[in-house]
Amino acid sequence: MADKNCGAATAQVDLTKVKPYGDTMNDGYMELAFTLPVPYGEEAEEAAKQYVGKMGMQEPNVTYYHELCPGYTFFVVYAKAQHTIDFTTIKVNKVDVPIYDREECGQWIADNIGRDVVVVGASTGSDAHTVGIDAIIQMKGFHGHFGLERFKNVVAYNMGSQVPNEELIAKAKEVNADAILVSQTVTQKDVHIMNLTNMVELMEAEGLRDKIILTCGGPRISHELAQELGYDAGFGPGKYAEHVMSYIMEEIVKRGWQKKAKIEDR
Amino acid sequence: MESKLNIDPKMVDSARQHAANIAKDMQEFIDVHTTVSTERTILRLLGVDGIDDVETPLPNVVVEQIQAAGGLPRGAAYWMGNAMIQTGLEPQAIAEKVAKGELDITKLETASAKEAEDAIMPAVHESLKKIKAQTKAREDYLSRLGEGSKPYLYVIVATGNIYEDVVQAKAAARQGADVIAVIRTTAQSLLDYVPYGPTTEGFGGTYATQENFRIMRQGLDEVGEEVGRYIRLCNYSSGMCMPEIAAMGALERLDVMLNDAIYGILFRDINMQRTLVDQYFSRVIIGYCGIIFNSGEDNYLTTDDAYESAHTVTASQFINEQFAVLANIKEWQMGLGHAFEMDPSMKDGFLYELAQAIMAKEIFPNACLKYMPPTKFMTGNIFRGHIQDALFNLISVWSGQGIQLLGMMTEAILTPHMQDRYLSIENASYIFNNCRDIGEEVEFKKDGIVQKRAQLVLSKANDLLADIEKEGLFSTIEQGKFGGVKRPKDGGHGLDGVCSKDDQYFNPFIPLMKEGAE
Repeated sequence: MADKNCGAATAQVDLTKVKPYGDTMNDGYMELAFTLPVPYGEEAEEAAKQYVGKMGMQEPNVTYYHELCPGYTFFVVYAKAQHTIDFTTIKVNKVDVPIYDREECGQWIADNIGRDVVVVGASTGSDAHTVGIDAIIQMKGFHGHFGLERFKNVVAYNMGSQVPNEELIAKAKEVNADAILVSQTVTQKDVHIMNLTNMVELMEAEGLRDKIILTCGGPRISHELAQELGYDAGFGPGKYAEHVMSYIMEEIVKRGWQKKAKIEDR
Repeated sequence: MESKLNIDPKMVDSARQHAANIAKDMQEFIDVHTTVSTERTILRLLGVDGIDDVETPLPNVVVEQIQAAGGLPRGAAYWMGNAMIQTGLEPQAIAEKVAKGELDITKLETASAKEAEDAIMPAVHESLKKIKAQTKAREDYLSRLGEGSKPYLYVIVATGNIYEDVVQAKAAARQGADVIAVIRTTAQSLLDYVPYGPTTEGFGGTYATQENFRIMRQGLDEVGEEVGRYIRLCNYSSGMCMPEIAAMGALERLDVMLNDAIYGILFRDINMQRTLVDQYFSRVIIGYCGIIFNSGEDNYLTTDDAYESAHTVTASQFINEQFAVLANIKEWQMGLGHAFEMDPSMKDGFLYELAQAIMAKEIFPNACLKYMPPTKFMTGNIFRGHIQDALFNLISVWSGQGIQLLGMMTEAILTPHMQDRYLSIENASYIFNNCRDIGEEVEFKKDGIVQKRAQLVLSKANDLLADIEKEGLFSTIEQGKFGGVKRPKDGGHGLDGVCSKDDQYFNPFIPLMKEGAE
């Protein structure tokens, strides 16, 4: 062991060259689980080993393998990763506002906006899942985080699931929404991307894109993806009503909409 | 049987009586109404199939013609029977002529309802014989091959491509699955027609078509022979075409069908009058052909809190049981639903889930209860998810559930990969075997957490049912008492497909199916 840290009880991490950590700094240990469409047997085990080797990992150890059905074998593999990452150069595009809790949001709106914040949300297109939009809007919220219906100075409309983009926009116009929340749960064959893109196109066609804050959310949505698709913000797993409202209210002030409750004035 | 939960049998009887009154009250409405989908079902059962040159299914073409002429209150059976008398043709040939614009069956000479019914009866009996042959085929398979032990392991396939679904389904059966459900493509529930032919494109699932049913049935029969166990097929008799799909299921030997009007009302915004009328005919078909129906109470807990609203599940199970009784469905065919959806961070949450599951079994001892896995609090942490599924499996074997929809650790991430299904079946098989007789061995502390919880939920369910009996089911749903979702009586999809029957209306299938003809 030529490592200069080997005498220390714990090696110090070098943030410019980070590797996975198992139980010793820089051991590179990772666990993998996957299926190969090959018949079960020792050749399958060897194939899994070689495959993990090709991924740039060393000492692959197939700890378990099992025939799923003829022609398909499942593997659990432990191996040591070699690649490193420079953590000091990582930049992430994220919703960058202070997060207030529900009561603070209500007070902040009263102090800084002086009128109700209006939002309209729906699970759009063919998506029948309401779990996401309900978690954000419905009074009871999710996992102990109350939804927007329980926020003071917020008026929230939950249109439910399978709402056409056109209807969501019409509702937003009708109630002079400050923000639209689009929820997408089904992501098979990228149906959510098509639907989210279509929403942006419709907003632009109606000349509303810069008059309503447009946000989206769902288990497979990140802020980065949302921005790429032309949204103002995106909210993924672990984000609750307070995250969404903290962003929206800051944005209203940033855009100077305090006295512009009506869309036509913005 | 002695109640392990010390629940009051009088309270159970009271709840059941309230539910019976609720169902009876609704049945009075159902009996004097029909729907476009109910009428299309009659045509399908009479052998009308296929599509026209713009891909509209022929049952739709014919019913649209009848509806446009204001003839829907008389019923498709009358118009078809009359057309058979006037043209001398069979139902399919008549439908084809209608599709080509060569025939308007509402503009022919009209015979009496009695004559029309006599004309149609041979076709009705032929159809019932076909269904009975399928029911017999299932019985033969079950006696020759046998089946997995309960709780049946139920897994889903959802590739969008029926041929790929067959590959996945066979793999799952080889891994130990007993029931294969083909998830429908997103939004099919709102289509007011059933697509036609084999399909290879879908989002989040595969179209329910009669041909797809046939293809999957054949695949499961093949793998059933191979593994020496009958593999059941499940699909959805739900949405705008609820009874049509039940008829397709009867003809293609499906074994399990999701079927719950209240689910469609709450979660698909289907008009309540429409779907409750549709549900009746679909349940008569299901009862007749030996399909197990699954109700959708589990879904309430995805939008409502599983601890606070547990009694709405129990109340709805009572109502679903009574709707099933009115459709002459046997107890073993009643797949009443519930779910393991309490927040895992809740202290003693496992005990509350256990109380609920054992209570369901005590109240509906002969039903084929369907237990749904955690979904709402699955996070993407697959390791914890696998443990949540393990606790769910433990309750299932403990409480004697009939059908176990296997939880997947990749829930909330993606539709299951092949290895996820294997790990899930392994999890369930391990626990079912390791704890096989735990339900027989363990009793509960008198007035302890489990007993008290069951007693409380039952009592709240009884109160809710008393309320519903007073208010009526329509009004209860309008107030948002199920799933926390409010739906207006005249809102939602499909109300324009509902009408009152006239005094000469007849549906020849309902009385014959209810008496078990052929």
